[in-house]
Amino acid sequence: MRITLTSVLVDDQEKALRFYTEVLGFVKKTEVPLGEHRWLTVVSPDAPDGVELVLEPGAHPAVPPFKEALVADGIPFTSFTVDDVHAEAERLRALGVRFTQEPLAMGPVTTAVFDDTCGNLIQIASVPAA
Amino acid sequence: MGDVFKALADPTRRALLDELQDRDGQTLFELCTRLLHRGVSSSRQAVSQHLDVLEQAGLVRRRREGRYTFHSLDTSPLRAITERWRIDPEEGPCGSP
Repeated sequence: MRITLTSVLVDDQEKALRFYTEVLGFVKKTEVPLGEHRWLTVVSPDAPDGVELVLEPGAHPAVPPFKEALVADGIPFTSFTVDDVHAEAERLRALGVRFTQEPLAMGPVTTAVFDDTCGNLIQIASVPAA
Repeated sequence: MGDVFKALADPTRRALLDELQDRDGQTLFELCTRLLHRGVSSSRQAVSQHLDVLEQAGLVRRRREGRYTFHSLDTSPLRAITERWRIDPEEGPCGSP
């Protein structure tokens, strides 16, 4: 058994694809039309054969209240790894990304939290190589 | 207005005020992360309840901004303490006020 996919629930797949590729810098891997929605995944350009992120439509009625409650408390449900949180936060802020938590160093780990404009808060984290 | 003395009597609540003094305008998530780093392992629910007590005492303000809620420190209720028991400026360190 292997983990090859992980998902974020997005309000709007087209908007999400733009944000996750044009702003975050991921690249589209698969796109399969499935009726009203699409099977839509992106990957990191640094690991094109690595874990795929599914931009999953959040159409189920339980999804909006779930996401709203997490966002109200500032909780990121998804976390990505970056080399330098400060540099990445600066780059994203210049592109108009809204941070709910500025870079925070806790021992060797630095994290920051931003809004993906699709109803989620996302954490970026850097852990120095041991 | 809740009791400022009762609000200050708990070490977790004092730690929350320290963290807000360090950085104002934090989400519940960030405050919980910071407490964990301090070695205070309270549940998110417990931290939220501590923030309720601090808010009732006027020491913490919650600000709803769009879909997010941020917490801020308000030290103005502490003024009542020094007004009630005045601090003699002559007794300050090095004789300075």
